Amino acid sequence: MNIPLSWLKDFIDIDLPLEELARVMTMAGLEVDEVELRGLMGPENDHHGFKFTGLSWPADKFVTAEILEVNQHPDADRLVLCQLNDGTGERTILTGAPNLFPYIGKGRLNPSVKVAYVREGAILYDGHKPGFELTKLKKTKIRGFETNSMVCSEKELGISEEHEGIIIFEADAPVGIPLADYIGDAVFVIDILPNMARNACIKGVAREVAAQLNIPMKKPQRHVKPEGKSIEGMCRIQINEPELNNRFMVGYAEGLKSQPSPAWVQRRLRAAGMRPINSIVDATNYVMLETGQPLHAFDYDTLLKRAGNQPPTIITRRAYQGEKLVTLDNIERDLDENMMLVTDQTGSLSIAGIMGGLESEIVPETTNVLLESAVWNFINIRKTASKLRLSSEAGYRNSRGVHPAIAQEACEQCLALMVEWSGGRVAPGFIDNYAKKVIDPVNRITLQDIQRVLGVEIPLEKAAELLQRLEFECTLENDGNVLKVKTPPHRLDIGEGVIGRADILEEIARLFGYDHIPTTRMEDELPPAYANKMISFEEKLKDVLVSLGLNEIITYRLTSPEREERLLGKPAPAYVRLANPISPERCVMRTNLNVCMMEIIEKNIRLSDHLEFFEVGPVFLPREGQQLPDEAYHLAIGITGKRYSESWDTHNKICMDYFDLKGIIEAVFEGLHVPNISYSPYVCDYLHPGKCAAIYSGEELLGVFGELHPAVRQKYDLLAAPILLLDLDLGKVEPLAERIYKVQSISPFPSILEDIAVVVDETVTADEVLAVIKQAGGKTLKSAELFDIFRSAQLGSGKKSLAYNLVYQSSEKTLTDKDASAIRSKIIKRLEQVLNAKLRS
Amino acid sequence: MAENELLQQMEKFQEEAIAALEKVKDESSLAQWRVMHLGKSAFISQIFTRLAEISKEDRPKIGQAANLVRNKLEAAINQRTEELKAKALAESLENEKIDVTLPGRQPHPGRLHPATQNMREILAVLSQIGFEIFRSPEVESDEYNFELLNIPAYHPARDMWDTFYTTDPNVLLRTHTSPGQIHAMHLFAPESIRVALPGMCYRYEQVSARSEIQFNQIELLAVGKNITFGDLKGTLQEFAFRMFGNNVRTRFRPSYFPFTEPSAEMDVECFLCGGKGCPMCKNSGWLEILGCGMVHPTVLRNGGYDPDVYSGYAAGMGPERITILRHYVEDIRYFWGNDIRFLEQF
Repeated sequence: MNIPLSWLKDFIDIDLPLEELARVMTMAGLEVDEVELRGLMGPENDHHGFKFTGLSWPADKFVTAEILEVNQHPDADRLVLCQLNDGTGERTILTGAPNLFPYIGKGRLNPSVKVAYVREGAILYDGHKPGFELTKLKKTKIRGFETNSMVCSEKELGISEEHEGIIIFEADAPVGIPLADYIGDAVFVIDILPNMARNACIKGVAREVAAQLNIPMKKPQRHVKPEGKSIEGMCRIQINEPELNNRFMVGYAEGLKSQPSPAWVQRRLRAAGMRPINSIVDATNYVMLETGQPLHAFDYDTLLKRAGNQPPTIITRRAYQGEKLVTLDNIERDLDENMMLVTDQTGSLSIAGIMGGLESEIVPETTNVLLESAVWNFINIRKTASKLRLSSEAGYRNSRGVHPAIAQEACEQCLALMVEWSGGRVAPGFIDNYAKKVIDPVNRITLQDIQRVLGVEIPLEKAAELLQRLEFECTLENDGNVLKVKTPPHRLDIGEGVIGRADILEEIARLFGYDHIPTTRMEDELPPAYANKMISFEEKLKDVLVSLGLNEIITYRLTSPEREERLLGKPAPAYVRLANPISPERCVMRTNLNVCMMEIIEKNIRLSDHLEFFEVGPVFLPREGQQLPDEAYHLAIGITGKRYSESWDTHNKICMDYFDLKGIIEAVFEGLHVPNISYSPYVCDYLHPGKCAAIYSGEELLGVFGELHPAVRQKYDLLAAPILLLDLDLGKVEPLAERIYKVQSISPFPSILEDIAVVVDETVTADEVLAVIKQAGGKTLKSAELFDIFRSAQLGSGKKSLAYNLVYQSSEKTLTDKDASAIRSKIIKRLEQVLNAKLRS
Repeated sequence: MAENELLQQMEKFQEEAIAALEKVKDESSLAQWRVMHLGKSAFISQIFTRLAEISKEDRPKIGQAANLVRNKLEAAINQRTEELKAKALAESLENEKIDVTLPGRQPHPGRLHPATQNMREILAVLSQIGFEIFRSPEVESDEYNFELLNIPAYHPARDMWDTFYTTDPNVLLRTHTSPGQIHAMHLFAPESIRVALPGMCYRYEQVSARSEIQFNQIELLAVGKNITFGDLKGTLQEFAFRMFGNNVRTRFRPSYFPFTEPSAEMDVECFLCGGKGCPMCKNSGWLEILGCGMVHPTVLRNGGYDPDVYSGYAAGMGPERITILRHYVEDIRYFWGNDIRFLEQF
């Protein structure tokens, strides 16, 4: 909403610096996005917190002036020389403004033509360039004529985009005064929040400012009085849906002659963001901007004709399914039965509250106007506007809610302005169908209510004083212990009961000033403890991963089935799919973290010779019979590149492989105290069939990891190093992490170390060998680490040798060589029995 | 042998021994020298073994003199040993000298994503002032995201959120963490509540340097029997102190959110320029950090609390915005772009 300062001053006497006024508005809850200068000087100091745009007109450079005589330039058809008086004397200036051509050769003009005159050095907009580009007025020579000043167009002054001719003021405009004093303005661009719909008008903003400053409101003076024949009998109003249209009233003006509105009206409309059209339509827009009540003018003669020269009946009703209407913008609209129409007996006239129909539009020949001032259900209007994708200033206000009590005042004001600007007269009276009255809520609050919610003691007398500034009617009841607060008849945002009290408390807080409410510490008791185990687990997991040298990534949760198919070979069986994606690239919620992981690896592959990433986050898995998907938190790890970064003294080019990833995984389980994890070969479509393992806890599959499948690799832009990926379901791992675990005592007795190497069939896994060693070694065997795998012709094909470091230690005594050899024999014997292993000498 | 002769021989032995010691350059020659001059068969040692052969009256004098020589030689060799050790150390130190200006070997340090780092910092501060973490779903029902938060369908307030809807018309991507308020209330009612609601939210918007389709939010919610707007101000001011520095100034402006009333925006004195005015605070000296307010009676009621008895407050902020401000991040897309050149800087 654009609020011109000049217009605001019709309602309140204010003389605050612009930035201070912006601050007052902000503190009232009217967020000032921008202050657009249209001539007035901006703040001198930069440090005020608001954005100022537009153009200032310094008093010595921009003045009002009069043109006394216009003569053709002797050598140029399109230029004229003017005798101009700027209050300091007469001079000759040069211009090409076509709207001065009619005055050529007319001699001394009476009355003179009042213009905006700009002197050398002024900063203004370049009228000849597209958009608004600043330029400095310099001395120059045009067709032999030296010039250092000019008369300006609206565009050059930053008032509008108009550059067809220069701005010409009313004949009685003053001469030789600073231009800013005459038409200078500033426009406050305000963000109207949904609870402030009442302030989508000049009067509303003025009321808030007045309340903040505790100053009185003024009423603009309008001088037209109704006269002649009353409106009675000129039409009938039938409301079919009082729930959707609770009030419909009309007034009447006749003998109008539409013409351009007065210049100041046009300037105000433009400043408020609307285009001036003619003096009849402009009056409806002007009053809408001023009061917030949208108005619609019908050509009464058209209505009469449609009704066969009988007084027409205006009917508001739902549209029929399939009904159509051509709106003012010349677009045929398809309507449905949820949309409200204003119609007469012959058919539809306008889409209620949003836009008029083309047929009954005001035309230049219109002389008699039936003026509609109606109130609609804002939710219904909102649905219609969004369905038709039709926005208008009227629709903006009607879809936020307008109080029906404003209708009559707006109607009166508008008719008065129509007649003031277009001639004619206003018929006395209105035809008013107020089908469903709005009852303004009455709330009662106590001192205790104020204290309980705001935490500050504001006496009820003080609260009443504050609320009265916003036109609430306040009465103290019950020996002054209860404040009765009646909602003023322009507000729809105040409720009843506990909600109404909250609404009133907000108004008190807003006017009391948030800054004046003291800050306090909560006295309320602490709530019961609540610990989210999953989140602490994830955070600990992240710490472990970071300590292992991995970098966390956080990727987009939105992807596409095609992107998932690229890695997974096929899209997931079901997706959470967007109805309104911003692009087909991001149209579903991901079901697999590694899809995102691969995209990030691909993106970074040439930026480092060593990439180690992880992501902890949800995947979204729709489930049959469930409204919302499962949000399963997974861990993805992706690593690739050299194990050691190349340096000036090391040239180790070994790339990370399956076992680097497995080492990380083992360290993670160890770090999180997840015991009894086993690994076994597994088949996963996107992983190498020979280098892929599943992670189990008992029978439960926790995740998979391995090397990216060579065939899948082809689909990505990668380097030669293998890509290793993990996908782990954290929801399954978290319950396995032991928070209470036993620490092993440190034995005071020395340990015995020895190596053994055993030859087994290739088919025997390292896990199987280790399991047998550990079982046979019992508790004296402290550790068994595989340190070598060896294959040779001597061992025979299909055989391998596995070598282990064994550590024996007792917590009770110093072991002898005899003790050690007994355990060793037991281990070897068990290996022979269970795995058919042979000791390698 | 005459007494004098023996004394002269001892003196000569001492001179020769000391001269020889000076020529010793390493440990093995040192050992040889010791054998030769202080060993069992050394001249001086022999004097002691043969002391009995010397006349009774000369014995003390000779013995004394021999002792003197032996002590001198012992002292000399000890000194020489120290000298050689020091020399050897100096040589080896010299040989081990490296070019200290060569670049170091780079470890591969792991890092948390900047969003996580910042999220943790905020949550740690909130936890210090008594707020525990509570997580709720990212894919939500219309009911929890809007209806129960006092935002009915087609209400103008819905314009405040550009929403991603799913093919199920009642399911959407949450536009804020506020549905967590309702989840928390349903879980805790009628107990009092103090929770922090962190997590990813979504906005239907074109992705650009300044706007993203997904972003984290952290919200806090307190519900109880004695919670006031003053408490809201006090808590958030405390949060600002702990987060942005002690005694940083805060300012509360009226605002509107459908689920709170009264509603406010909290501005924090710009921590980049100290409130003097800079491009990051658009010369205002203030940064918009938080939206907040007293929980709306309708929301309390929807959560299972009687609004005539209970009150509460809620506040929400965008942690990425704080990172952007603190580190002058010029493009919001860096966050989920995960370019290592960005991630490595945190």
